[in-house]
Parts: sequence; C-alpha cells; structure tokens
Amino acid sequence: MPEASSTKLASTADFDRRDLDWYIDKVVQLIVFFAGISAIIFIIGIFVFITMEGLGFLFEDFTFKEFFLSPFWEPSDEDAPEYGILALIAGTASVTGLAMIVAIPFSLGAAIYIGEFATGKVRETLKVLVELLAAIPSVVWGFIGLSIMNPLIIDLFDVPVGLNVLNAGVILGLMAAPIMTSIAEDALKAVPDRYREAAEALGATRWQVIFKTVLPAAKNGLLGAVLLGVGRGFGETMAVLMATGHAVNIPGSLFDPVRALTATIAAELGETAVGSPHYQALFTIGIFLFIITFLINLTADLIVRGIRKG
Amino acid sequence: MVNPNTNLKVEAEEVPVAEEAPVKLEINDLTIKYGQHTALKGVNLEIREHEVFGIIGPANAGKTSFLKSINRMDTFDTNMSVEGQIKFNGLDIQDLKNIYALRSRIGVVFPLPVGLPLTIYENVALSPRLRGINSKSELDVIVERCLTRAALWDEVKDRLNSLGSLLSGGQQQRLTIARALSQDPDLLMLDEFSIAVDPVTTMRIEDVLKELKKDMTIILVTNLVQQARRLADRTAFFLENECVEVGNTEDLFTGEVKDQRTRDYVEGKFG
Repeated sequence: MPEASSTKLASTADFDRRDLDWYIDKVVQLIVFFAGISAIIFIIGIFVFITMEGLGFLFEDFTFKEFFLSPFWEPSDEDAPEYGILALIAGTASVTGLAMIVAIPFSLGAAIYIGEFATGKVRETLKVLVELLAAIPSVVWGFIGLSIMNPLIIDLFDVPVGLNVLNAGVILGLMAAPIMTSIAEDALKAVPDRYREAAEALGATRWQVIFKTVLPAAKNGLLGAVLLGVGRGFGETMAVLMATGHAVNIPGSLFDPVRALTATIAAELGETAVGSPHYQALFTIGIFLFIITFLINLTADLIVRGIRKG
Repeated sequence: MVNPNTNLKVEAEEVPVAEEAPVKLEINDLTIKYGQHTALKGVNLEIREHEVFGIIGPANAGKTSFLKSINRMDTFDTNMSVEGQIKFNGLDIQDLKNIYALRSRIGVVFPLPVGLPLTIYENVALSPRLRGINSKSELDVIVERCLTRAALWDEVKDRLNSLGSLLSGGQQQRLTIARALSQDPDLLMLDEFSIAVDPVTTMRIEDVLKELKKDMTIILVTNLVQQARRLADRTAFFLENECVEVGNTEDLFTGEVKDQRTRDYVEGKFG
C-alpha cells in the first residue's frame, strides 16, 4: 500500500517542524530557568556588593583584635575612632538568646497542639492564624515594644527605662514563634501515623506517644525550626532597633539596654559619608552578619533535609 | 505507682483448648461504620482462651476494622463509630474509663512492620517502661526474653543499640512481635503479618505463634487461607462486611460448611 507509506514519510517530516508551540515552549523554559537561578545570582550579587563596599576597611583600618574584641564602637570620634563590635555581638546574642527561651516553649507547644491534638476546623483555623502572625511587619512588633512593653516593664520591675534586653528578647521571641511553629508542625506531620498507631497499641497515653515516639522521630525537624528562629533573631532589625534602647553596652542584666549588629547598620548607614571608614566598617558588619545567618540557615536546611531522606 | 492493668488481668491457668475453655472475647451484634459507610455489620462470635482464632476473607471484608474495635483504636479515627457489645474478660470495653490499660493487655502486629524510630532495645523496652519498669537489669531480662521468643535474639543480640527501623522487613516484623510480647499481653492480634515477610520468615513466625498459644489467646487475621488452616483452631470467614460463618478450622477446610460461599472461598473459587 504505497499511499499509506507516503503518509508515514510526510509525518516523519513533522518531527522537525518548529511551530508556534515549539517556540513558546523554548521561551517559557528560558524564563523559568532564569527565574530559578535568580536566587543564586542575587545571593552572590549581594555578597559581592557588600564585600566590595567593606573591602577598603578590611585592608586599611581593620584589625581583627579591635573589631571582634573591643567593646567600644565609636566610629565618629574625630581623633581616634574605634570599631569594636564586641558589645554589638553581645547585644544581638543576648536578645536572640532570650528570644529563643521565650519562643521555643511557645512554638513547640503550639506545634504539638496543632499537629497532634487539634482536629478539623480548629486545626485549619489555627494554622491560618499562625501564618498570619508570621506576616505581621516587624515595625509593628517594634511599636508594641515601644508603646506597650516599655511602660509595662517600667511598672512591673520598677526600672527607669523599659527598652532593654528583656523587652527586645520577648518581642523577638513572639516574632520568631509563628515561623518556628509552622516548621515544627511540618516536622511533626512528617512522622508517619503508623508510629503513633503502634505506640498507642502498646497502651501509651497521648502524651507518652508524643514524648516517647513522635518527638524523637521529629527531632531533626524541630532542631531545624529552632535554628531558623535563631537565624531570624540574628537578622531582625527594626523591632530590635526600637525595643533594645540602642545603647552600646555589654549587658550585665536583663534590664540593661543594648544595641544589635543589624540595628547599628540601619541607624548609622544613612548618616555616613559613602566610602568613609565608618561606612566601610558598617559593611564589614554586614559581611559578618551575612556569613553568620548564611551558616545558621544552611545548617538548619541540612538538618531538615536530613529527616526528609531518613 | 499502682498498675492500672491488674484489674483486667485474668490469671492464665493452663487451660487446654476445648469447647469448655473460658470465653476471652465476646462479641455481640458488632457494627462498625466509617461515616456513612458500613465496614462490618451484625457480628456475633466468641473467642476462647488459648485458642488461635483465624479470620479469613478477601480485602475490604472488615477484618482490620474488627481488630481495631477490639483495642479501641476507634479513638484514633474520629470518623469511625462502633456499635454493639465487646466483652474482654467479661468486661464491656465500651464502659472502660482507661482504654490505655485495655490496650496494654492486647498486643498488635500490623500488616507492615512498624519498627519505631528507636533502638532495637528501646523498641522492646518501651512498653515495660510505660508500665513503670525502669531498672536496667529487669529491662535486660524482658528484652532478651521477648526477642528470643520472637526468634530474633540470635540475629540482633550484638547490635541492640542500632536503630530498629534499619532491620530488614522480616526482622522488623519479628521485632514488632517481640514488642507486642513485651506487653505481656492476654491477647495477641496479628493483622496479615506475613504480607511483607518472606516465606522462610513466615514459617519461623508461625512456629513462634504455635508456642505462644500456650500463654495467650491469638487472633490471626490472614488472607492466606492455608495459613489459617495451619495455625487456627477455629476460623471465621468474613465477606462483604459480614461474618459469614464461624467454625472449627478443620471443618471449614473439609467441606463441612453451613454456607456455600465459605466453601467457594476456601477452595479458591474467588477472593
């Protein structure tokens, strides 16, 4: 049947045809590809930018000992400017530490309730509310720190100023809790139901099931949630700027005002001459923050990935 | 700490399986529903002490739902509702205030082995720990005894501290049996335990069950009719959400059946 075979030949020619669909497909592939790798490009771009801006300081005025070990941050001193970030590190670390003390019990408790106890509508509503909480802008939290926490702390503890480690730590803890809850709940959900059924069949109570089976099985994900909270704490700027009191100080108590690394950059960068040592020193702080948060997030990510595989 | 289980525990005398053996489990007019869907309806049967009670039938006949209702796993599934009466050792289990105590008297082996994400040792020690046994030496004894009875001790005795979930399927299933035995149960329920187990291991576990029968009552749900024939003293045939009939296993397999469908299923005409 010659006719049939000639139709076949015609159709093989079709295989090389480049019609509109083919071009659309190629274009969409390209767009999606660039969108996909843009994250990498931006990360590298940002790192290159802040490094370039901070480079002058790193090679001229920077001494490792002064930068990391001096508690004096006096960049605008005309005669002998000092660029020590020890007090700033202490400020960031103390606020983040307190924030975690506040956030870990809250977020784990909430995650356990949402993931293990709540059912149906209650569960769905709570999940949406937690997501909403995570979306509250940080300046709103800072405002709460200034206008509610500040007088509250002054009244409760009879201290002259309420902008201090306690204030910022609590505010930051409440800020970090929703995202930690969300990730911790994902980790609990990743624990297969057959583990719960098996433990329940042994006669374990709800709490025993959670404590002896679910939490151990989810521990990597929970650790990842905590680390992401820490990363959030290190990187948070606005709320911390508003609630810490913004005084360069190594805190001796919860009621001492402190200043955070991020808040220093936010407050001072606009007032420095571009390219001046002060300007470059702020960018060096930026490099330091970038590396710290990158490492924390990377660790968290690796840990969370670990459970997915195992 | 008072052990809440003691009131449920009936002294296990050496009772030979006979018509007169005491009733372990009495099921009256049991109906199980999931929402609007009926999974099992109108089941009446008795399971006697120290017998292996087989339940055969094709998939979706209601066999697993039956087991779930006995250890009150309906509380795990809000959609599941149980009507009728289940008496365990003469006590109506719907009236029990402490269902955890009931569950701790009943060992369960699931179709797919569930090695909890704990070490082999902790998998077996978990149930005794829940009962309040914390002394290392006591736990050591229990762990060794249960693993030995489940025919797993020799294979794992040198790596008790490695993860239970890393064992092979057949080993995990025996670990699950060891864990069920660590409950020191009155009743052991196995739900198609051989689905994920190779034939050699299946035969080993079957030998284990023959031994265990001396100490406890066993409910064996299986979709392998020959397995029921090898192990069960009496067998129930479930089909399409009903219990078609209950009889001595040998009778069912030699054609002394009340219902034609049972004969057809046993002979492999469907299922």
